[in-house]
Amino acid sequence: MSLDLQKGLGLLIALLPETILAVWAMALLLVAAWTHKDPRALRRIGWVSLAGIGVAFLAVAWLWTAHPRLEGLPTSVAVDPFRWAVDAIILLGAGFAVLLSIGYLEREGILIPEYYVLMLLATVGMMLLAGGEDLFVLFLGLELMSVSSYVLAGIDRRREASAEAALKYFLLGAFASAFLLYGIALVYGATGSTKLGFIGFQVQSLQLATHPMLLAGLALLLVGFGFKVAAVPFHMWTPDVYDGAPTPVTAFMAAATKAAAFAALIRVLLRAVPLLHDTWSPVVWWLAAATMVVGNLVALNQKSLKRMLAYSSIAHAGYLLTALVSGSVGGAAAFLYYLLFYTLMTIGAFAVLVYKGRDGERTVTADDLAGLAESHPWLALFMTICLLSLLGFPGTAGFIGKWYILTSAIGSGYALLATIMVLASVVSAGYYLPVIMAMYMKPRLHAEVHADVSVPRVMRGVLTAVAVALVVFGVWPSGLLKTARAGARGFLPDEVVPISQGVPAAPK
Amino acid sequence: MFLGPALAVSAILFALGAAGVLLRRNAIIIFMCIELMLNAVNLTFVALSQQLGVDGQVFVFFVMTVAAAEAAVGLAIVIAVFRHRESVNLENINLLRG
Amino acid sequence: MTFAFWFFAGAAILASFLCITRRSPVSSALWLITTLFNVAALFVLLDAHFLAAVQVLVYAGAIMVLFLFVIMLLNLGDAAPGENPRWSPSRVVGFLAGLGLLAELLVLRSAVPPDAIRLPPGVVAGEMAGHGAVQSLAVPLFQAYLVPFEITSLMLLAAIVGAVVLAKRRL
Repeated sequence: MSLDLQKGLGLLIALLPETILAVWAMALLLVAAWTHKDPRALRRIGWVSLAGIGVAFLAVAWLWTAHPRLEGLPTSVAVDPFRWAVDAIILLGAGFAVLLSIGYLEREGILIPEYYVLMLLATVGMMLLAGGEDLFVLFLGLELMSVSSYVLAGIDRRREASAEAALKYFLLGAFASAFLLYGIALVYGATGSTKLGFIGFQVQSLQLATHPMLLAGLALLLVGFGFKVAAVPFHMWTPDVYDGAPTPVTAFMAAATKAAAFAALIRVLLRAVPLLHDTWSPVVWWLAAATMVVGNLVALNQKSLKRMLAYSSIAHAGYLLTALVSGSVGGAAAFLYYLLFYTLMTIGAFAVLVYKGRDGERTVTADDLAGLAESHPWLALFMTICLLSLLGFPGTAGFIGKWYILTSAIGSGYALLATIMVLASVVSAGYYLPVIMAMYMKPRLHAEVHADVSVPRVMRGVLTAVAVALVVFGVWPSGLLKTARAGARGFLPDEVVPISQGVPAAPK
Repeated sequence: MFLGPALAVSAILFALGAAGVLLRRNAIIIFMCIELMLNAVNLTFVALSQQLGVDGQVFVFFVMTVAAAEAAVGLAIVIAVFRHRESVNLENINLLRG
Repeated sequence: MTFAFWFFAGAAILASFLCITRRSPVSSALWLITTLFNVAALFVLLDAHFLAAVQVLVYAGAIMVLFLFVIMLLNLGDAAPGENPRWSPSRVVGFLAGLGLLAELLVLRSAVPPDAIRLPPGVVAGEMAGHGAVQSLAVPLFQAYLVPFEITSLMLLAAIVGAVVLAKRRL
């Protein structure tokens, strides 16, 4: 199938998943306005929004298998396997987060149907952020995602922590957006275009590799993205925001938001400025190293499991950055593979917190899970698999993902960074294992301590599927890795960009 | 005309805004500093559009829309925080420390 | 022209400096509005007449009025007591970060777009004069930048829904 993005129909097909989700969100908004605010209606709206995500997922799957090719000039959205792969990961994360929310909102008394509308809109933003081939599509997708997430973080209006998390997230998010925007302005100034492929072409043809404006713009872009993916030293908002936001929203932000921002970062670096690899790779190297070290060390000191997982997600941002340093197809493939399982295991771990935490989100510590294996052996096993996978224990998908990242880093000559990553992973055992030990070794405080933990039947199926996936792909990864490689190869800058596009018209 | 000077002015405005974000504690003033930063970027786009074509001016539209959307949501969040704490100061939410 | 440019540029910088240093949010907001007006004047000097009007109408007229409205609504007009003038370590870090950023950005004084992509002076202004300021902006907005334009509409929808959800007293 070939798509002409200059024509309305081609553009519509290329943006089909986003369009479906956006229309679904608007329809849902109308439905929400005319329904009563009772838990049953809210539950129904939750299921409908999940169905919307499912339909969008089908659209992505269709586009992926139809292998659309670009005909004519490239425009503002990408049409490549990398985009479909990341879209699928984002939609998985969003669907999982919606499933977690369905029981949670009733329990916490957040009877706001717009919650689901905002979640769908945030997902649209993420998909545009991950698929934008124009810096402005990317930026506006980011803003759509951010504006919705600010509100989601503060949606629990009775809790002060939720409001504060929203304020902090908003101020730092807007601050980061300003940097990103200035970076876009300077890159535009140096190359005369905001289209990623064309920027890459201009950098080559005009020999801009040392142009101060381009370098300053790139630096500001990296600062902006550093905030968004929560890389050290731009991570300081993460723990408080993740801690204060409602737990399903935290899971959504830690998994899907980060996945989208990372996908955009890798797309910008590899599509627009691959020729500046020598310039940006040291910066990304230091970001990756600092993020892994700081994230893991600080996570050791956390009492609250939610904060611990927040720092753990910072550490994982470091691993993902490691995959990015080499700027190679192997690195991008390892990135995709790890991103999928990072999303699943992070949301999985947060899911256990959703079902354990009660009564206005009181803090859950490792000791609160003591003896969970006795009363809920199945949930404890699930949590164990997620944590072991986050740790990178052999036999889980997390191990294979880390293994691919390590081999791609070593293969490109970044052995020191790979060593840091291994050491950081060893440190992370210091905070994952105590949780597992508490669940299996420590006795329950009293017999009724886990009596209120109940997992809905649907979620049991979903969690089982996640656990099975984490184990199965930890043992037989090769098929999926092949898909990841195909996804990564598609978007590397090999096609020739037409010269006429994006250049100001020649003066007459 | 004025391309270099206009870029310098917008750089100064951007840096002033960024310094304001880092130095102030009042959430509303921090937010206004962010608006100042966005406006500085607008000046950059307008200056560049003189020599790179009208696209730069189109981007300014998008930035203004973003600023408006952020203003609506940001002020709503400020109101929500104010309801809980009767204050919008960030003493215990230090932006420079985690 | 040159005098006018430097006059408005100086005024904008001075007003923005006052904006970030005033203690009361109301005077900060008023200085920010002053900055925005001066930047609008710079837009005129840089051949962006329509944007100058939009800047005054939307930025100064709508967004900043919303700010002032919230400041008045929450009665934040007085200088906030938590705003202490002493030099705490975090402030020094902030100040140094600001200086560093300024130094980096001032490098741009010497950095201009590469000659190969620059249009001769007057081309854009001539096009704007030929087609009218509004049309020459509207055509790319609805053709080349249609996708970003549609995204802004979704973003505004999300912002409206979000603001109502967060700020309405009773849902």
